[in-house]
This record gives sequence, structure tokens and C-alpha cells, in this order.
Amino acid sequence: MSTLSIDHVSRWFGNVVAVNDVTMTIGPGVTGLLGPNGAGKSTLINMMGGFLAPSTGTVTLDGRPVWRNEAVYKHIGVVPEREAMYDFLTGREFVVANAELHGLGAKAAARALATVEMEYAQDRQISTYSKGMRQRVKMASALVHDPSLLLLDEPFNGMDPRQRMQLMDLLRRMGDEGRTVLFSSHILEEVEQLARHIEVVVAGRHAASGDFRRIRRLMTDRPHRYLVRSSDDRTLAAALIADPSTSGIEVDVAEGALRVQAVDFGRFTTLLPKVAREHGIRLLTVSPSDESLESVFSYLVAA
Amino acid sequence: MYDPTVARLTYRALLGRRRALILGALPLLLIVISVAVRGLTGADDQTASDVLGGFALATMVPIIGVIAGTGAIGPEIDDGSVVYLLSKPLKRPVIIFTKLIVAIAVTMVFSAVPTMIAGLVLNGNGQQIAVAYTIAALVASIAYSALFLLLGTVSRHAVVLGLVYALVWEALFGSLVPGARTLSVQQWSLAVAHKVAEGELVTSDVGLPTATVLLVAVTVLATWYAGRKLRSLTLAGEE
Repeated sequence: MSTLSIDHVSRWFGNVVAVNDVTMTIGPGVTGLLGPNGAGKSTLINMMGGFLAPSTGTVTLDGRPVWRNEAVYKHIGVVPEREAMYDFLTGREFVVANAELHGLGAKAAARALATVEMEYAQDRQISTYSKGMRQRVKMASALVHDPSLLLLDEPFNGMDPRQRMQLMDLLRRMGDEGRTVLFSSHILEEVEQLARHIEVVVAGRHAASGDFRRIRRLMTDRPHRYLVRSSDDRTLAAALIADPSTSGIEVDVAEGALRVQAVDFGRFTTLLPKVAREHGIRLLTVSPSDESLESVFSYLVAA
Repeated sequence: MYDPTVARLTYRALLGRRRALILGALPLLLIVISVAVRGLTGADDQTASDVLGGFALATMVPIIGVIAGTGAIGPEIDDGSVVYLLSKPLKRPVIIFTKLIVAIAVTMVFSAVPTMIAGLVLNGNGQQIAVAYTIAALVASIAYSALFLLLGTVSRHAVVLGLVYALVWEALFGSLVPGARTLSVQQWSLAVAHKVAEGELVTSDVGLPTATVLLVAVTVLATWYAGRKLRSLTLAGEE
């Protein structure tokens, strides 16, 4: 059982602040590190893995510093995002080398390869592997010494759905065994399927932390904005604003459309077609105008 | 201090693919030149010394040193695969020292062995010229490997910088500016060769004591500093 503590950590590159005063504690089980691309997730994971010094603050694993402390890698397994991994070796040679670097032997390597179900291709050169196979061999190399903390940077990138499911099962199992598993992702659904606990990072800042369902609710309960075009915009606007699910409507004359802000997402989606039918109005366009992940995240930051 | 797994990975990276071809090309060229020279001019001590000093020691050894020294670590840092070494409970100086040993061994095999063969072809080791230049190549291999391994650790442009040092500094400045010769691995190794060779065919601008001190100092300092740099090597993310 390991606990990773990030304490008031910031990291800047020149004038650019990549991570801004982040404090979080990652305990046993699977934790998702969620945030849009460029939010600072990789920078944070690199600091957690001891590959980057925090500009300020500390990262510790069970009280021991991670930066410039090689001994800590007895307890950490790392699955980096980057593809490069000694492509001239076979999968087995690669995992055996990783085991040897931990002072272990071929037995530990065989066990790790079996865990990720890669025995069937272990004697092929890594350069011939698909993305999913590479990911699994990387996973085997990280598991070879039975670490208590597993750090994975965007592990599902480029994987097909079947490979994704297999890796998710594996990570779930690791979490259930009491390991501390942290993976980063910019895809909400990925995190939702795997992690109960999530940490959200936006623009280098720690935006939210805690139970996924609570944060998800916060995300779905946020005001939703829609662009609506109809055969009679003003009548529709009057009818919608009468209902408490709608908090504001703007008639955009230039666009020839209504900009509707709904506070109760579920209620609004059933109200709109009902109101239109009652008033004999034809709906021409109904499109959410802020469904991008970034807008969800920026809402969280403001909340 | 020496990790056999790190060594195995480094050897395979160095001797695989295109790099082995480049490493083999120059020694082959040296031997071809030597056979041609011997065929055209016969065995001549001065010619043998010119070929071994002018091509083998001044050009081939530093270039092979650049390829082996920077290649032992540079590509791993560039593509990020060094993370698999860094994420292990392994002291950073052990990684550097092991890679240095591998770089030295590869540089020696690809530079000293062909130098010996070329020397034997050129004049059958007359006046100990073949042995003298072979020893110079062995000594230079150590210092070049340490220097270029350090370059590979600190710079992404290690190969270019290494070639600039080897070809511009040692070959060009060395022949034009007398002072530059004092700070030249080639001259230091020539001082060792001068001691071995008979007669005055092999000469150096540096005395043997100075050369020995500088060779040891450069090797030790470069290796120490590379270990230090690797300890604080940061792997930037993709972002």
C-alpha cells in the first residue's frame, strides 16, 4: 500500500507555467488524472515519476522524496506515453532486461508477460508490434518488480476498443489488489469506466478532486448552452423562458437564432420539443454550443 | 560500477542497424588506402606514418569516437527510451560508466584494430610505427569516448558538435594555430605514440607527462560530469 503526495507543486518552463500550485494525495486503488490536452498532465506525471524536478513544492512516496532518489523505483512502475522502447529487442528480451535492471531474472519477466497476455508474441521484435501490443509490453516492464505504485501516461491513446477493455480490466485488477494506480487521460468516458476517484487538471491548475460521480454531476448540472433555429423564434423564446429549466435566452438577430441557456439539462431536453409542438413551431436547428471537453473543464475551474 | 544489462542494451543499440555500417566504413577505407599505397609506393616508413597520422589518428579515430560516444546514450535521450534505465534503482554514474566502457570498447575495436592492420600492410611495423599508432588509437579511444559520451548526455546536437570538435578543432585549427594543438586529444595520444615509436617519425607538440595528465583529467572529469548531468536529466513531456 503506497501513498503518493504532491504538495504545493508548481513547475514552469521559462515564462510558461505548466503546473500551478497543485496539492493532491493519491492512495491505493485506481485514480484517473483527467484534463484536456496541454493541461499539464504529463508534466505532473513526470514529476510524480521523478523525471522532472518541481520548480517549487515536493513529491513524496510514503514520505520519501521521488526526485533524485533512485531507490524509490523499487516501488514505482512507469508506463510512459512515448513510443520509443528499444525496438530492436524482442518483447521477451525487453522485459527480461527490465527485470535484470531491478536485480530480478527471467522468471519475473515471464510472470509479467503472462499477466499482460503477451506470451504469444514475446519472441517477435518490438518494431513489429501494434500500438496495443507495445502498450502491453510496456505494462509488463512496469509490473516486473511488483511495484506498489503504477504511473501510466495516456495509456489508452491509439488503442482499439478490445485492447482498451483488456488494459482496463488489468488496471482494475491492479487497483483491487491494493496497488496505487494513477493514469492520465483527456477522455472523460475512459476515466468514467475505470476510475472511481479522479483528479481534474485544467490549465496547470487542480480543478477538482474526488468521487467521479459527484464531479460528473457537477459537469452535467452546469448550464448548457444551445443554439436553436425555428420557424418562430420569439414565440418559442417566450414559451421556454416561462419554464424554470431555462435561465436565459438571447435573440441573436445576426445569426437568426436563439441562444438558450438551460440549467436543468434533463428537463430542458424534454421541454423543448413539447413546447414547439404545442405552439405549432418547427425546430430547424438544435445544437449544443459548448459541448467540448474544454468548456466542461473550464466550467469546473470556475465552480 | 558496471551493469551488464545496460552494457548489453548499449552494445545492441550501437552495433545494430545503420550505425554498424558507418562504424565499419572508415576502417575499411583505411585498409583499402593502405593496400593501394603499399602497392603504389612499396613499404616506406614516412608514408606509413603519414597515412596513419593523417587519416587513421586525425580523422578515423575521432569520427568513430563521435559515433560510439554520442551513440551510446544520445539516441536514448532523444527518443525518450532512456526512461527505462532511469526508472530503475540504478545509480546514474553506473549507467554512465557502463556506457563509457562500451563506447571505449567499440571505438577501440573499430579504430585501433584497423590501425594495426593498416600499419602492418603499409610497412610491416617498421620502426614500430604500426604499434605506436595503434597504442595512440587505443589511448585516444578512451578520451574521445568520455568526451563524446558527455556531449551525448548534455546536448541534442552532440554528433554535430563532436564532428566540429574532431574535424574543425583538431584537424583545421590544430594545423593552423599551434596553441590549439596543446588542447587536442590527438596530440596527447601522439605523445604516447612518440614514446613507443623508434626514430623521429612520430612527433607531438605536447610532452608525455602533460599529455598523460590531460588525458586522465579529461576522461575522469567528462565521466563524472556526465553522471551528474544524468542525475538531473529531465524528461520533458509531449505537451
